[in-house]
Amino acid sequence: MEFTEEQINRYSRHILLPEVGGKGQKKIAKAKILLVGAGGLGSPAALYLSAAGVGTIGLIDGDVVDLTNLQRQILHHTPDIGRPKVVSGKEKIQALNPDVNVSMYEERLTAGNALKIISDYDVVIDGVDNFPAKFLINDACFFADKPLVHGGILRFDGRVTTIIPKKSACYRCVFKTPPPPGLVASCQEAGVIGVLAGVIGTIQATEALKLILGIGRPLTNRLLDFDARKTQFREIKVKRNPNCALCGDRPTITELFDDGDPYAGCAVHP
Amino acid sequence: MQVKINGKSEEVRSGTLLDLLKAKKIEPQMVAVEVNDKMLERSHLATTHLNEGDQVEFLFYMGGGR
Repeated sequence: MEFTEEQINRYSRHILLPEVGGKGQKKIAKAKILLVGAGGLGSPAALYLSAAGVGTIGLIDGDVVDLTNLQRQILHHTPDIGRPKVVSGKEKIQALNPDVNVSMYEERLTAGNALKIISDYDVVIDGVDNFPAKFLINDACFFADKPLVHGGILRFDGRVTTIIPKKSACYRCVFKTPPPPGLVASCQEAGVIGVLAGVIGTIQATEALKLILGIGRPLTNRLLDFDARKTQFREIKVKRNPNCALCGDRPTITELFDDGDPYAGCAVHP
Repeated sequence: MQVKINGKSEEVRSGTLLDLLKAKKIEPQMVAVEVNDKMLERSHLATTHLNEGDQVEFLFYMGGGR
C-alpha cells in the first residue's frame, strides 16, 4: 500500500512524528476499530479516528438520533434527528475523511452477535450507556482476545481504562457484576456535562491509536478517573483478580451471555 | 485513625470496611473496594478491619457513555 501525495499531505503532521512516521501511518490505514455506541463517547472517538485515517471504523448502534443527544453527541447534527445514528455517523466520518471505510451495524450488541462482529476488528471502544452492555463488551473482548478501551461518564465524572485480555485487569476483575437494577439511577435522571464525553472519548481514541501503533504505555491496570468540577485526573491502580469469574484462575463464565437487562438502568453514583 | 480514602486523608473511627461504608452511607453493592491496591471481595467487607495509614479506594460504577 502506497499513500498518494494528497494522503501524505493530509497525514503530514502524523508522519512528522518519529513514533508514527510513514510506517505508523500505514498501520493506522490498515487498522480496524469498532465503536460500540455512536453516542457521547463514540462521537469524539469516531471523529478523531477518522481524521487520523483509520482504515475501517465499525459503528454499532440501534438507536436513532434524539434531540436530547445533541448536547454531547457531536457526531450528529440537528437535521439528523430521527435518523439512525450509524447512518448519520457514517456521513460525518466520510465527509471528514473519504479514506475511511465505515461498516454499519444498526443493532444492539448482544451475546448472539457480539463475537461475530468483534472478531473482525483490531481494537474495540466501549461507548455504551448501560452496565449489561459494558459487561457484555468486556466478556466478548476476552473471548475474542481483542483489546478493549473502556469508558464511562456520569454527571461531572469520567473514567477510562484499557483492557488487554488475559494480560491486564478486566472490568470484571474490579466490578464483578452489574449493580442491581433496583439501586440504579438512570442516565436521564443523573445527567452529564456534555464536554465530558469529549474528554473521555478522546482519551479512548488516543488509547486505540497507541495500541494500533504499538507505542507508549497503555492505560492498563489503571483506572483513569476524571473530575470535571476540579479539572483533576486521578489514577487508581488495579490488578488482575485471580478470583475473577471471567479471566481468573478458575473461571465460571465460560461463554458469552447477556448479564442483565440493558434497559433496566444505566448509571449510578452516590 | 488516619486513612486515605480516594486519595484524601481522613480521620475515621476504627472498625471494619463495612462499618466505614455504613458511616459514609454507601450501599456495598454500589461500589468496588480496594485496600492498599488490592481488591477486597464484598464478602470480606465485614471481616476486614481498617488499619492506620490504609489506602482505601471506593470505586463507583460509572456506566454512562451516550
